[in-house]
Amino acid sequence: MKPLLQVRDISKFYGARLGCRDVGFDLYPGEVMGIVGESGSGKSTLLGCLAGQLAPDTGEVLFDTRGEGPRDTLKMSEPERRMLARTDWAFVHQHAREGLRMGVSAGGNVGERLMAVGARHYGDIRDQAIDWLGRVEISEDRVDDKPTAFSGGMQQRLQIARNLVTGPRLVFMDEPTGGLDVSVQARLLDLLRGLVREMGLSAIIVTHDLAVVRLLADRLMVMKDGHVVETGLTDQVLDDPQHGYTQLLVSSVLQV
Amino acid sequence: MTDQSYNFAYLDEQTKRMIRRAILKGLAIPGYQVPFASREMPMPYGWGTGGVQVSAATLMPDDTFKVIDQGADDTTNAVSIRKFFEKTAGVATTEETEKATVIQTRHRIPETPLHEDQVLVYQVPIPEPLRFLEPRETETRKMHSLEEYGLMHVKLYEDISQHGAIATSYAYPVKVEGRYVMDPSPIPKFDNPKMADCPAIQLFGAGREQRIYALPPYSRVVSLDFEDHPFDPSKADHPCDLCGAEDSYLDEVITDDAGGRMFVCSDTDYCRARREAGHVGAQAPAMKEGAGA
Repeated sequence: MKPLLQVRDISKFYGARLGCRDVGFDLYPGEVMGIVGESGSGKSTLLGCLAGQLAPDTGEVLFDTRGEGPRDTLKMSEPERRMLARTDWAFVHQHAREGLRMGVSAGGNVGERLMAVGARHYGDIRDQAIDWLGRVEISEDRVDDKPTAFSGGMQQRLQIARNLVTGPRLVFMDEPTGGLDVSVQARLLDLLRGLVREMGLSAIIVTHDLAVVRLLADRLMVMKDGHVVETGLTDQVLDDPQHGYTQLLVSSVLQV
Repeated sequence: MTDQSYNFAYLDEQTKRMIRRAILKGLAIPGYQVPFASREMPMPYGWGTGGVQVSAATLMPDDTFKVIDQGADDTTNAVSIRKFFEKTAGVATTEETEKATVIQTRHRIPETPLHEDQVLVYQVPIPEPLRFLEPRETETRKMHSLEEYGLMHVKLYEDISQHGAIATSYAYPVKVEGRYVMDPSPIPKFDNPKMADCPAIQLFGAGREQRIYALPPYSRVVSLDFEDHPFDPSKADHPCDLCGAEDSYLDEVITDDAGGRMFVCSDTDYCRARREAGHVGAQAPAMKEGAGA
């Protein structure tokens, strides 16, 4: 099987300060990769570089495009990259406000990506929006409400629906459950796990919450001070951590 | 006669040259918003400072100038701008669309079809059609340059979901020559089809926002819509009560506090010409009696 995403030697410096260094991995179709680490370990920098939002100083990100096979997204022209970002890629922000248009109704939010790739039939767009709201457990009668009228958990689910409506193949998630209370987190994770399996999505999830990766991720990458200190299957890394920092991380989780 | 304390048409020659360059660039890239160094004009922003600067750069001594405001030649804005150029440029002015060579307009396109020897200058308050959807100028510029216009349809989607139909009735977005999405200034959508394939040059000036854009003659101008909600250039379903015209855009005028009202052409010149030609609307004689009472 061909990898969907091949990351090679990504380094990013902020002036003299290190963002992340020499990160590389392969991501296969249908695979979910978790990136964990403490604040300032370079997780979000790495995700930004992979998703084309930051320009890394070295390295390449090869994405297996539908038309032309593996291509380095960093060398793509901006129109190509933005096209990719609204078709084959999706980005779920930590704060739903960053990923949603707060002044536009839920239906409009979900429909935006469809219209961006050329859908011009109102009835079809609306049907798809309602279908997707249903899949993320938002009832049909909320389709014309603005996200400002939604709770935090609903906003996050709406953001997920908005991102997945065009059937992307790769989803980037930055702390998708951050700022939500535990029971809402649990439902969201359950939903995400269902969608990822059902659609065969590949995903890269950045989080500091080990429970999230335990539930969602197949593989795990542990970062510390901009370096990858340990990689492996999720259960293997969490149950038998080798690196000192990973051991610290695992033992820091509160047991209730 | 021209007031000698002003240069011809108020602006100095270098400024007019700068504006003409912006106009030429605008004509070369139909629908593209060209930035220009808008000058302080002796009128407040929102009163047509952009249109006035474009007119000043366009007017020649032999031109005949017409100004309309919401279709009317006799409203404050139209009268003051017409007087401004009578004084500073000394050009001939007219109220007849047919005779004018330069027409400055706010919110309307004349009903009388324009011809090749004419220039139509629009006053534009907000030139960016995406502004209320995306507040960042850096982002809207990028969206224009990459032709990312999905957001424009989000606005129309919102209209339909809230009102059951596309409720945008003025400043209805258009796509020019299959490329740029353009704000046609706050003209009623009834006027949108007149912009397409128009023999006259159409220039748009936004003074406060410092943008000029243009449509060369015979441009392709398409109003955005959905397949199942096609563009509808609607108007009040009524003939003009003064001249009986069925095909012109109408203003609704309240005539008393007992529910009395009448619909009249918003284009005063068109209405006058029709009445002089003998057309009579339903309330035309009644109005004369009413005026005497």
